[in-house]
Formats: sequence, C-alpha cells, structure tokens
Amino acid sequence: MTHDEILKALYDETMVGNAPAVLELTNQGLEDGLTPSQLLFDALIPSLEEVGARFERGDWFVPEMLIAGRAMAGALEVLRPLLAATGAESVGTFLMGTVKGDVHDIGKNLVNIMLEGAGFTVIDLGVQVPPEKFIAAIEEHKPDIVGMSAFLTTTMPMFKANINAIEKAGLRDKVIIMVGGAPVTQEYADVCGADGYAADAATAVRRAKDLLAAKRASASV
Amino acid sequence: MHTVVRSATRTVTIGHDQPFCIIGERINPTGRKKFQDELRAGDLSSVEADVLSQVAGGATMLDINMGAPLVDEADMLAKSVILAQSLTDLPLCIDSSVVEALEAGLSVYQGKALVNSITAEDERMEQILPLVKRYGAAVVALPNDEEEIPDDPHARLELVRKIVTVATQEYGIAIEDIVIDPLAMPIGADSTLVFKTLETIRLIRDEFGLNMTLGASNVSFGMPDRHTIGSVFLPMAMTVGLTSAIMDCRTEQMVRAVRGGDLMLGNDEWGANWIAAHRARLAAGTA
Repeated sequence: MTHDEILKALYDETMVGNAPAVLELTNQGLEDGLTPSQLLFDALIPSLEEVGARFERGDWFVPEMLIAGRAMAGALEVLRPLLAATGAESVGTFLMGTVKGDVHDIGKNLVNIMLEGAGFTVIDLGVQVPPEKFIAAIEEHKPDIVGMSAFLTTTMPMFKANINAIEKAGLRDKVIIMVGGAPVTQEYADVCGADGYAADAATAVRRAKDLLAAKRASASV
Repeated sequence: MHTVVRSATRTVTIGHDQPFCIIGERINPTGRKKFQDELRAGDLSSVEADVLSQVAGGATMLDINMGAPLVDEADMLAKSVILAQSLTDLPLCIDSSVVEALEAGLSVYQGKALVNSITAEDERMEQILPLVKRYGAAVVALPNDEEEIPDDPHARLELVRKIVTVATQEYGIAIEDIVIDPLAMPIGADSTLVFKTLETIRLIRDEFGLNMTLGASNVSFGMPDRHTIGSVFLPMAMTVGLTSAIMDCRTEQMVRAVRGGDLMLGNDEWGANWIAAHRARLAAGTA
C-alpha cells in the first residue's frame, strides 16, 4: 500500500468503527514510515470530524459515533506515546466532569469521545465532581477548557458555584469554561458566566475548537 | 399490589393485573426552546395544547414538569396543575427535582397525586417523603444513590430495598404507594443496557411485587425510528413486570403496542378494550 492508500483506508475504517483494522493500519503506517502526526491529522481526526458532521445532520446515530470513537481510541493508545516523544502538540487539553449532586454520565462520555476524536487530550473527572476537585485538577493539569455537565435543574446551579470557586482561586482567566446537559440552554450558560454551551457532542467539539482558536488569537495579539 | 391515584373525580389503579398506565410525558420544557420562552413569559398555552393532545392520544395520567432554566418552577408548576385539572380529569404526576416546586404542585392538586421523584439518596428522601406523607400522595423512586446509577440489576434491587425500608418504616408511606423507576437507559449508548433494565424490572417484581414506571423515550435516544423501538421495548418490559411508563402517547403506534401488550398479558379480558378502540377508530374514520 502507498502512504496515501494507508491514510485513506485508515480514514475509512475509522469511520465505520472497525477497531482491529484501524489498529493494524496504524501499525502498518508507522512501519512504512508515516509519522504519528500524519496518521492523526491526515486520517483519524478528519474521519471523526466527518462522523461528527454526519451526526449533526441527523444522518448518523449514537452507536456509530461510539464505535468510530472507540476505533480511534485504540489507535491513539499506540500514537500517544510517540506523539509525546516527538513533541507534537495536542489540539488542547479538556478537563471534564459532571457536577456535584449529579450522577449522569452518558452524555458527558459521548462528548469526551468526540473531543478525543478531534485531537483533544481529555481528562475526565467522572461524576459528582465538587468545586474543589475541579480546582485541584485545573492546577494539576492546566487544561485549556473546563467542561461541566449537569442533567437536572437542581444541579445546574453548580455551574455558577464552580465558576465562582474557580474565580476565587484566581484561575478564571486561565481556562475557557463550557457547560452542557439536557436541561441546559444558551441563555442559562450566559447567565451562569460560562464561555460556551452546546446542545450535542458534535457541536460541543466545534464550539471547543472555536473558543480555543479565539482565545489563542487574542493571546497572540 | 395496587397503586391508586386520583383526580377529584377519577380513580386510576396501577397494578400487574391492570391495563398498563400510560403517563403522558409531553408537558416538560426540556429541549423545547419555544415552550421555555413561553414559560419565562408566564404563558401556559402549550400546557393547554399538550393536555388536550395527550388526553386524545389515550393517556391514563399526565406528567407535569416545569423544570427549565430561569423559570420560577414552583409558581409555574402550581399554575400548570390547576390549568391541567381544569381541562382533564386524568390524575397527574407532579414531576420536579426541586422540593419547593413539588410542594407548590401538591398544595393545589385535587386528589391523590403521584410525585416524581425521590432516589435512594438520604437527603432526597428526607426532603420529599414527609411531603408525600402529608399530602397522601404516591411517589416514584429511582434506584440510584449519591455515588452512581448502578449498572448491575442486583445493585439496583438493593437500592430499592433501602428505599422501601426507609419510606415505609421511617416515614410511614404505604408500600403500595411506592412506584419504582427501574431506570431506562439508551440502547444506542450500550447494547447491554436495556437487557439490564429488563432484568431489574423482573427482580423488583419477583422480590417486592411493586409497581414500576420509567421514562420510555430514554431507550431510543440517539437512534432512528424511535417509535418502533419504543413499541418493541414497552411490551417486552410489560412481560417482566413494568406496569406504567412515562411515554409519548401522541404517537398511535406506541399506544397501540402497549394496549396490545395488555391483551397478550391477560389484562384486557376478551379483548374488550382492544375491540372498543378499533370501533372508535372506525367511527372516527381513521381505521
């Protein structure tokens, strides 16, 4: 196979969630001299982007998104140490958690998969994450974006509580804050002082990339 | 075991030997932007339309949830309960995660309501079970606690045991007034989740004989042809002991699947309801 054929096959097999083939093509690509960055940015990420676009249009469905994400995760396990060794930059670091008082995680996990698919390094704090845990993790991992999920109207106020705590810790300027979950709306995100909101996993990835690009652009001015 | 709920003039009995209790899910602003805007403006016209369409669709009860960002949930829930009771005699399920809103809804409700919901969390039980007792209501209970929503059916059963013990012994709630929500999960997120829900339902029926309801639309989240998934899932769940669902009752396919389930399970003697529904469609020219 030529390099282009390998990248094309990797793109196709990722999209249909064929995890064994994705792993094999990743290894074959590396053996044949493709760089980890080429495999990631010229095949895996574009493939997941296409999955996200199809999902957003309503053409593709949750299980298809999940298996594509899982196939990519297998390849990432091989590529991540290599990327780190070559000093390749991750798209960004995303710290994620479901707020205190809330144990819902299916939606959050979908967003994680799509973020990883877009090349983000995702650190998932799980469910029932109290403000102090968000803060400790921000200090430890220095994420670009903090994502908070809430599924209940009673737990949504934790967004504001977390944001206040992050402000108090002097970390608010260091991170972009995104919120989401079934009852959350753009208006609510604005009121609680978040920087971004998205209604579904594919949109969340786009918002995350846009927010990060805007922040980096303003930082470099 | 029979769970009895009432409006001022109508009694509904939920039970394993009864026709399935269809609780209309529609009066809920989650994911409905226009409805949320209306509620923020104090406009309840969508509530009125949703009451009428669900009564026409064949609901046995109606769920009322006013949980939306920046909405005075207690005030809107009380107003919606009054409005709904002026339009229909179906008993209501008063649905909120906010304790004050549940109390506001209960305080204006005429009859015996179903309160949705508590969990196995001590704090939720402490806050809500006294209200349930004071208003003589029945209550929906979810088997999750502070830690997690357990995947394992036996772990869920143990949380049901905790809820039943605490509610009956510490708060004096009659066991038949506890309706368990065994937690329906999206089949699209994990192909084993629905089987676990079905197993949970079976365990709870065999161990406690309790009535159960669940949010049926969760099952088809993120999948195409959601109505067919719902109309396959519900009769399967009925077979293992589900006696009610909070569900889409404006889609005829779903309601007919449930009524077909009643017929198969011996809860529609001689098919009287099935035949009557057919005649009603003939008379309306829709058969």
